[in-house]
Amino acid sequence: MSASDTMIEIAGVTKRYGETAVVDDVSLSVPRGAIAVIVGTSGSGKSTLVRMINRLVPMTGGKISVGGRDIMSLPATELRRGIGYAIQGHGLFPHRTVAANIATVPQLLGWDRTRIERRVDELLALFNLDPAAFRGKYPHELSGGQQQRVGVARALAAGPEVLLMDEPFGALDPVIRGKAQDDLIAIQKQFGTTVILVTHDMDEAFHLGDRIAVMSEGRLLQYATPEKILAEPADPFVQQLTGTAGRALKLMSLSPLKEGMEPPRPDLAYGLAQNVSLRDALSEMIWRGIEEAAVEDGDKAQIGSISMRRLLQLGRRP
Amino acid sequence: MEPPVTQDERATRAVDRLGIVLCAAGAAAVALTPFVIVKANRIAAGKPMPLAALAGQPAALALIVMLVVTGLAALFSRSARARLVVATLTLGLLILAIGLVSAAVTPPGSTAARVTPGGAFWVLLAVLGLLASDALVKLRLTPWMRVAALAFYGALLAVFLLSGTLDSLSIMKEFATRADQFRNEAVGHLLLAFGSVAIAILLALPLGILCFWVPKLRAAVLQTLSLIQTIPSLALFGLLMLPLSYLAAHVPLAASLGIRGIGTAPALIALVLYSLLPIVANTVVGLQGVDPTLRDAATGMGLTRRQVLTRIDLPLAFPVILTGIRVVLVQAIGLVTVAALIGGSGFGIFIFQGLGQTAMDLVLLGAVPTVLLAFSSAVVLDAVIDSIRGSSP
Repeated sequence: MSASDTMIEIAGVTKRYGETAVVDDVSLSVPRGAIAVIVGTSGSGKSTLVRMINRLVPMTGGKISVGGRDIMSLPATELRRGIGYAIQGHGLFPHRTVAANIATVPQLLGWDRTRIERRVDELLALFNLDPAAFRGKYPHELSGGQQQRVGVARALAAGPEVLLMDEPFGALDPVIRGKAQDDLIAIQKQFGTTVILVTHDMDEAFHLGDRIAVMSEGRLLQYATPEKILAEPADPFVQQLTGTAGRALKLMSLSPLKEGMEPPRPDLAYGLAQNVSLRDALSEMIWRGIEEAAVEDGDKAQIGSISMRRLLQLGRRP
Repeated sequence: MEPPVTQDERATRAVDRLGIVLCAAGAAAVALTPFVIVKANRIAAGKPMPLAALAGQPAALALIVMLVVTGLAALFSRSARARLVVATLTLGLLILAIGLVSAAVTPPGSTAARVTPGGAFWVLLAVLGLLASDALVKLRLTPWMRVAALAFYGALLAVFLLSGTLDSLSIMKEFATRADQFRNEAVGHLLLAFGSVAIAILLALPLGILCFWVPKLRAAVLQTLSLIQTIPSLALFGLLMLPLSYLAAHVPLAASLGIRGIGTAPALIALVLYSLLPIVANTVVGLQGVDPTLRDAATGMGLTRRQVLTRIDLPLAFPVILTGIRVVLVQAIGLVTVAALIGGSGFGIFIFQGLGQTAMDLVLLGAVPTVLLAFSSAVVLDAVIDSIRGSSP
């Protein structure tokens, strides 16, 4: 990987409070446009690591670069204005309207009013919040899911290349959380933002992460793709965190049907969309009691086929 | 299943509980205490006249009728609006009646004779005031409607004062002989009260912020200020006299600024000292009440420390800080009266002159405006606090 493809470079970073190291010599790099999820139990140092990237926590040792620039080379406030930051429980300012909340960083950067207004409306629409209805509302008038969306919109307001998220979906119920995760993936793809997200929820890590970093007691145990974390856990703790129960299904949930399909075959009565996961395809076929199904694209045209035998093969340990 | 309602419960529900208490108090006062006291001169023992004995006067008769109506409304009416209207009308009539009755019972041609309101008048004033304010509370007025209500009652009082209706009353006779001094003392009272609070805000706000930022400082500062708060006001005035007169005697600049052991300087300093604790304490509590994740989010987005303070912390802590300022302002308006003892200006001058001369009417001339001022300030600041809280809870 060339240097220009690396957005965030963390090299030998350590944070000590007195004698205890909360983050102990951690190195990892996040490619431009990727979502890296840092997962670990509470007290693993995952939040501290992320908060060192925007210098909310000063490092004891090591070096961090964002976009090829050492984070210590510019003033902390200037660095932070260039990095999106979203936290658990949204952190919206209760005395400011939705529009004023989203406008926080653009205002600090001295954007003119019409540009700020245009950007606020654009973001609200992007997050499925009608600008005319939501602009003037106060955070307490929103539902939990809406507050969370405004929180992410605020973090993205000035179009940062990097977005740091500290347990952003922690306060949401499971249904809204799944929706929020899908929204994040869609918006991240659209903007090409590089995301570092902290969570204690392994399922969330598998759902969102292009890469997963597993931390425990301040040390980075493994940093790899979700498939690799599942198939080759580097440490008993990583295996314990991912769990051995259902790991075949977890692995299958990571790839879309299109990646495992076989050539098209005639006379298949039932069709599955190409973008459902292998796991969902398996579930659907068990439910309907069919041995083979067609794989269809968005226009319902057959582009391949999938059989039960093939699916079971794909779920095997790589 | 609905629990069975007994006859007794129905009866108590039909009759308003507050109404029972207020009616009992009003009725007892009218029966047992005089409505006015007529004295040959301002310090002589007076002749008490109960309301019943004055029933020959049209105004007193009308008042008695209205009091009965009000009593019935207080006991049985469920409409806050109706109770408010009746209580306000009767309140106006009470003040009108005391003016007309005192004019009527004053011996003709006598300038020395004094007619003072008696116990019945004061109790009725309190009862009707409580009835009206209870109705106002039940109407759930918006904060600014409450200020408007206060302005209405103030205007009502001003009409009575300016029309000369109350001129025969002893307290107004005391006022008539001291109109100029009254104006000066009123200005002095306001300047001392509001000035000391303004200075206290300027000192206490930064001190409170500092105490919040530096926890080690917090306990020391708050304990020192609590200690000051426990010193009786008279003792504090006395304690300040010594260093200030020393300063005046040895530092010419201090003397030329008007700093002396007695007078405005020690009064102002003492009032400022008393005002510090509530504002500092409420600033600390208010800032502590701000959700720390907001500070984290703000800092993480690149607000400077000063921006976090002025844009996040202070606006969110403001209602709590304002509550402290409200406490301090009401306290200062009351305490200024004591400052008169060491030569400060204010309504306290009349209170202490009146006490010295055993002229209770003169005491009232100092006490009544002080109470009205403190009450109005509290209502206005409460409205401000509620309107801020209401807009962003």
